[in-house]
Amino acid sequence: MKTKSVWSNDDCPGQQAREALEKAPFIASPALRWALFIGAVLYLIAAMYSIEVNWARVYRGLDRGWQFVAAFSNPDFASRAYEIRVGLTESVVMALASTIVGIGISIPIGLGAARNISILPVYLVCRSIVALSRALNEIVVAILLVAIFGFGPLAGFLTLSFATIGFLSKLLAEEIENMDKVQAEAIRATGASWLQRYVFGVHPQVVPRLIGLSVYRLDINFRESAVLGIVGAGGIGATLNTSFDRYEFDTAAAILLVIIVAVMALEYLSGIVRAKVQ
Amino acid sequence: MATSTQNGIKVWQRRDRNTQLKIWAMWLIGTAIFMWSWTQISASTTWMFFWDAPRIAADIGGRAWPPRWEYIFTLAKPLWDTLNIATLGTLMALFMAVPVAFLAARNTTPSVMFIRPIALLIIVSTRSINSLIWALLLVKILGPGVFAGLIAIAIRSIGFCAKLLYEAIEEIDETQVEAITATGASRWQVMAYGIVPQILPAFAGIAVFRWDINLRESTVLGLVGAGGIGLQLQGSLNTLAWPQVSLILIIILVAVIVSEWVSAKVRGAII
Repeated sequence: MKTKSVWSNDDCPGQQAREALEKAPFIASPALRWALFIGAVLYLIAAMYSIEVNWARVYRGLDRGWQFVAAFSNPDFASRAYEIRVGLTESVVMALASTIVGIGISIPIGLGAARNISILPVYLVCRSIVALSRALNEIVVAILLVAIFGFGPLAGFLTLSFATIGFLSKLLAEEIENMDKVQAEAIRATGASWLQRYVFGVHPQVVPRLIGLSVYRLDINFRESAVLGIVGAGGIGATLNTSFDRYEFDTAAAILLVIIVAVMALEYLSGIVRAKVQ
Repeated sequence: MATSTQNGIKVWQRRDRNTQLKIWAMWLIGTAIFMWSWTQISASTTWMFFWDAPRIAADIGGRAWPPRWEYIFTLAKPLWDTLNIATLGTLMALFMAVPVAFLAARNTTPSVMFIRPIALLIIVSTRSINSLIWALLLVKILGPGVFAGLIAIAIRSIGFCAKLLYEAIEEIDETQVEAITATGASRWQVMAYGIVPQILPAFAGIAVFRWDINLRESTVLGLVGAGGIGLQLQGSLNTLAWPQVSLILIIILVAVIVSEWVSAKVRGAII
């Protein structure tokens, strides 16, 4: 950067303004910047190189892809209506039950995982439950639970409840950590017991967010319940999987449309509820 | 704050009667829904298996431990594939998500009446179908392998990235855009100098966030034949090779934790 006066004749002010406009680079050290850049390019080349695409197979498959797209204009709801209805009911049931059970378990764990109202040992235990539940993929959990509890919606229900715990407890704990301390202290000053302190000091502050998150989680659980069937944990995913395996693309299109409509309806509903309570 | 009078003394209550009744009604409905759901689940459960579960779990646990550590060398290639599916899938999704986001944002879309609904439809339909379902479909169309998984992850991520991005675009500071417009800049120049610098941090954050999610999802795509470490998991499960299953699960867990750590670090550096 030049340090000459802007008024000197040999350097016009515009020049300096332009230099000032150039932004400082995001990573300060040029060596590190170039190393990262070259590393990224090398990785991308290696990654692209290692992906084998069987273009002949893709070309043959395009016809099938087109059939699938065409099936969306003519979805077949009728011929598998019974299976679709049963699968959808099972998905809804799993989502509802697991959300309710999940909320019930998340509240105590969320309280324990909030640093400002719980003691250290409880905090650590609750945080590790949350971390475990968040790190394990739903599908992986479902595979294990299907192996243990057998096929059917019970495994799916348990999987979704387990996943709900990680999600809700974490966000609830964060909400409690960010709450207004004054209100809780005022209740404490009246000589309230621990439970009373929670019910009157903490709970009213977090309940709108808790309701919003629960509805959002219901939405997520329904979406997830649509795939758990692929590994045998009940729900509409099993019906979908079967229809794909039999190449009944018109039925598959119908099921996908049902899922999309249900997800959109739930999202709309959860939007209304969240707008109302927040 | 409500009070009621009992024997001439005012008694404090947290809620008035109608609110209280409404809340009780909600609880009643909630309980009824849960009971109904539970009877449905219970009806399609073989309870004999449930009571047998602790024994089965102990049995599987006993077979799965210790993991077969030497199997880890076979897993290197699938793990590399999984990483590629996540990274390249995210990049592909971002390429497609950017135009969709600009078309969907109320302040940059060329036409609120016609183009915005189409962009929103793309966002909703790609977002509401899980990547596993996309993979299921694409394996039938493109054939089994890494490529199907890659495309599945890419398609699934478009909606997610585009939604967060168009919300960021709608929240930009309009005065900067006006300032650029006032200099006589063309539409593209306004975009490049007025809008893009404002959404760039959000864009980078979304990209890393989605990469993290994609790595999680790509670990299981193999279950439907779409490549990656899930394929090995499926094979080991089918042959009841529990020591291999436990090793794969440990590796997936480690991969997820590492990716979450990386994404948290990068997002911390950006924001």
